[in-house]
Amino acid sequence: MSAEQSPKIVIVDESPVRAAILEEGLREAGFTQIVHIREMQSLLARIYAVDPDIILIDLENPSRDVLEAMFQVSRAVKRPIAMFVDQSDSSSIQASVEAGVSAYIVDGLKKERIKPILDLCVSRFNAFAKLQEELERTKSQLEDRKIIEKAKGILMKVKGLTEDEAYVLLRSTAMREKKKIGEIAQSIITASEMLK
Amino acid sequence: MTAPLRIGFIPLVDAAALIVAVDKGFAAAEGLEVELVREVSWSNVRDKLNIGLFDAAHLLAPVAIASSLGLGHVKVPIAAPLNLGINGNAITVSPALHAALMEEIDGDRFDPLATAKALAKVVAKRRKVGADPLTFGMTFPFSTHNYQLRFWMAAAGVDPDEDVRLVVLPPPYMVDSLANGHVDAFCVGAPWNSVAVDLGIGHILHFVSDILARAAEKVLAVRQVWADKHPDVVAALVRAAVKAAEFIEQPANLAEAAQLLAQPERIGVDAEVILRSLTGRLKISPDGAVRESGRYLLVGREGAGRPDPVQAAWLYAQMVRWGQTALSPEALGTAMAVFRSDVYDAALGRAGDGQASTPFSAFAGPAFDPKDVGGYLASFEVGRL
Repeated sequence: MSAEQSPKIVIVDESPVRAAILEEGLREAGFTQIVHIREMQSLLARIYAVDPDIILIDLENPSRDVLEAMFQVSRAVKRPIAMFVDQSDSSSIQASVEAGVSAYIVDGLKKERIKPILDLCVSRFNAFAKLQEELERTKSQLEDRKIIEKAKGILMKVKGLTEDEAYVLLRSTAMREKKKIGEIAQSIITASEMLK
Repeated sequence: MTAPLRIGFIPLVDAAALIVAVDKGFAAAEGLEVELVREVSWSNVRDKLNIGLFDAAHLLAPVAIASSLGLGHVKVPIAAPLNLGINGNAITVSPALHAALMEEIDGDRFDPLATAKALAKVVAKRRKVGADPLTFGMTFPFSTHNYQLRFWMAAAGVDPDEDVRLVVLPPPYMVDSLANGHVDAFCVGAPWNSVAVDLGIGHILHFVSDILARAAEKVLAVRQVWADKHPDVVAALVRAAVKAAEFIEQPANLAEAAQLLAQPERIGVDAEVILRSLTGRLKISPDGAVRESGRYLLVGREGAGRPDPVQAAWLYAQMVRWGQTALSPEALGTAMAVFRSDVYDAALGRAGDGQASTPFSAFAGPAFDPKDVGGYLASFEVGRL
């Protein structure tokens, strides 16, 4: 794909990590003209300056409404063609909305050309979501472990249990109460602090 | 009774009936299992409703009409069987603009014609010295906020497209934008006007009820095809929200309603600030002055919940006046048919014929007649016809 043929793509995303993941994917797919806009205050001015063919925006970004207004003031952007590709391609639309991405075709770009871009964004958004999820899980596991250690210590001291016995007590209580061990451990810590 | 419903909402006080219907159990009592999904933009709410990710939504009344007409986006017919709120917005101006307006004002400062005339003088003065045009923030191209600002300023000959700048801003950015001078004023729903006043960076100039006696603000929106398939669910949802609205409107329940709305996963602001808009007692200037109005926001009283096709016609007329669409009798009919007073009446088991429309009144301009939208619009000097 030559530089002239590659559409100009603006990515509006407050998350630098996700924008980087998106940009990398788009570049691998042969798209060369990509601009990431992060700050919202100068959103419109920057978009006018870049004059993109396609705008990709994260659905969690409240500035989507600002873009909508832009498309209605046609003196600002040349030819707003479509949003969400085409109404007939509803499965592709649904997938992109569920992944959290929305696309605006700005300037007369053929709609067939946005399909692969959108597909790529959907898979990249999903990859990012998975990454986030794993990060969260690791973080909360680490946090849980610390809390459980502390609660075990309290039980050992107050009830004169061994470490193994303290853990068994935590686990069986969690099972009986249908809660996570971390939650039970947290309530032991809270209670012991209140009784101090 | 049914599959769980997913309903989108924007964290604003006029989502009250929907939030209370779910969190106080009125929806469950109707056999509904509802998941409320908090959203960040009107475009999202509309799109997720349109493609079926939401079964229903808290939606700007003009967006329901625009979607049914295919304006600004794809065409998806929407039915609005319930009004979630009447009024509820306010116009807030920066201390500098407030001072400039008060210097020019001739008459009562709560009279919108007097303030609009003062605005016209400020605009003319700024033009003379080559200052930038004043910038006003509003929430969406198809919004009552947009039309209320335009209606107000145009009454004194200020052309909203030529003499000032009107920009869309997400509500959570309004206050910042006023503070850092990106806008000189804005029109928005609660709680953002109060937030600006509390920070000492804004004066509430008008409640929108000063401009229009009753403006349909948000509706409960469903896709027409979905409503046709699930009439019982729609009726149950309307009943649940109406019961919630009745609950909220009881003075004894206001504090509890404000608490429910204040929850972090709902609106997520201080209950005290929410209470101000529910009671219509608002601090309007940084010096602590308070203004009270029984018409600031109507959730269910005075028949607010019943969708009125005349209100839909008025909103459509604004779209025509400001060049968002051309006038056509078919489109007018489509717009009016979005507001389903018949579905509302049927859900509550009430006969509809006894409930006439409330006459539409504004502070300026001729009386609105949905049978002569062209004649009505022709009488305005400023517009994009």
